[in-house]
Amino acid sequence: MAYSEKARSLFAEDIQAIRDKGIYKEKRFICSPQDPEIEVEYPEGAPKMKVLNFCANNYLGLSNHPEIVKAAHEGLDERGFGMSSVRFICGTQDIHRELQDKVSDFLGMEDTLLFPSCMDANSGVFESILGPEDLILADRLIHASLIDGIKLCSAQYDTFKHMNMKHLRKKLELHQDKRHVLVVTDGVFSMDGDLAPLDEMCDLCDEFGAMILVDDSHASGFIGRTGRGTHEHFNCIDQVDLITTTFGKGLGGASGGCVSGKKELIELCRQNARPYLFSNSMAPPIVNASIKVMDLVTKDTELRDKLEWNAAYFRKGVEDAGLCVRPGNTPIVPVMLYNAKLANDMSRDMYAEGIYVIGFFFPVVPSGAARIRVQLSAAHTKEQIDKAVTAFKKVGEKYGILGLDKKGIIEKYGM
Amino acid sequence: MADEMRDMVLEYVIDEYVDEDDDEEVSFDTPLISSGIVDSFSMVSLKVFLEKKCHVSLPDKEATPEAFNTVNKICELVRRFQD
Repeated sequence: MAYSEKARSLFAEDIQAIRDKGIYKEKRFICSPQDPEIEVEYPEGAPKMKVLNFCANNYLGLSNHPEIVKAAHEGLDERGFGMSSVRFICGTQDIHRELQDKVSDFLGMEDTLLFPSCMDANSGVFESILGPEDLILADRLIHASLIDGIKLCSAQYDTFKHMNMKHLRKKLELHQDKRHVLVVTDGVFSMDGDLAPLDEMCDLCDEFGAMILVDDSHASGFIGRTGRGTHEHFNCIDQVDLITTTFGKGLGGASGGCVSGKKELIELCRQNARPYLFSNSMAPPIVNASIKVMDLVTKDTELRDKLEWNAAYFRKGVEDAGLCVRPGNTPIVPVMLYNAKLANDMSRDMYAEGIYVIGFFFPVVPSGAARIRVQLSAAHTKEQIDKAVTAFKKVGEKYGILGLDKKGIIEKYGM
Repeated sequence: MADEMRDMVLEYVIDEYVDEDDDEEVSFDTPLISSGIVDSFSMVSLKVFLEKKCHVSLPDKEATPEAFNTVNKICELVRRFQD
């Protein structure tokens, strides 16, 4: 047998090492649809418990929205379950084209290409358009999938300090000898919920003749006056060359992603991107439901307005309660705790209070920047948000952190 | 000569990786990678800087997070490939 006892024990040691570092990811089972209130089995084997979910990317509350579920059923009935093919062989239906066109219109881009996920889009976009004579210049805190895509590409790369425009300018000056320079950033950074200053970045790119790619996965559908994304928020839609985004967060919550942007760049992705060429098409029920999502977010701003209100209401609630909250204006609200054990202990106690939130610490966030990341949804009710704030107040009081700032929390618990 | 290199690398690390408004103090033995000041993704600019300024070629398999963890360790690595 190839999988020997020795091999088994070596792999078991690897798993134990992950446990010893305190970064083992426990299994958590959701036994209901993805809604603001969910039924959870945690730890594994424990009785199911109803809790309020404040850690999903279900920003617009569409994961179990009746109109989206209905559209998925219709897609299943009219176009079947799966494609059994990659896009370019026999895996593109008319609805794939329809979704691409709707996304292009919504984002204000020339063309769009669907991928099985945004992780796949980010893996494939760089290798498709750039070569060894080019340079990718990335914000240091971009999403892991962009980093993977950059490392898969033969272009050179460099980084600039997080959202530091002075440093970006310095790096653009340094790399003027390259054929193409592509600046890469998240639109909304998922851990801090901060918005990249896209207007300034686009102006710098224009000045130095560089292109810009924005991963707007935590923005599409709700950031900006009509929810187009970070480029709408900063009024620079025409200056952005490429956007990658997902249908797995605000735009439905199932799966699928895309690259949207200048038509030549999209065409190169269609010809070259390995995740596009070697992985199955998005399934018809998800494509049909995503078309409905695009219709909903294009029709009016009701959902993004509700989300904006919910986020502001929660933020004010926890700030007034005396918790230390990272400033911002997105549905991602980081309650800062700085100490990893404190973040873990408080999230466990919040769960006991019926609020499902997760502690994040190094290496997911920088060392000494542990926090509980709270994510709001348009589907949360005011009463549910009140309950979450009350629980934060109770648990914060237990740990004696109410009214303490960064310095106070670190003095009490260390980093 | 050795001190000059240490000073030059330290200056670069502070300029390249520490924010202007950050009160973090970095010295020759401050952990850079394990503390999160420098991450493995942004380490590339440090490697390019060293190769250019110190006229060495550092093989990727030697330019590990461990070897880049402090200014002193970085200088040891560079000297090994200068010899």
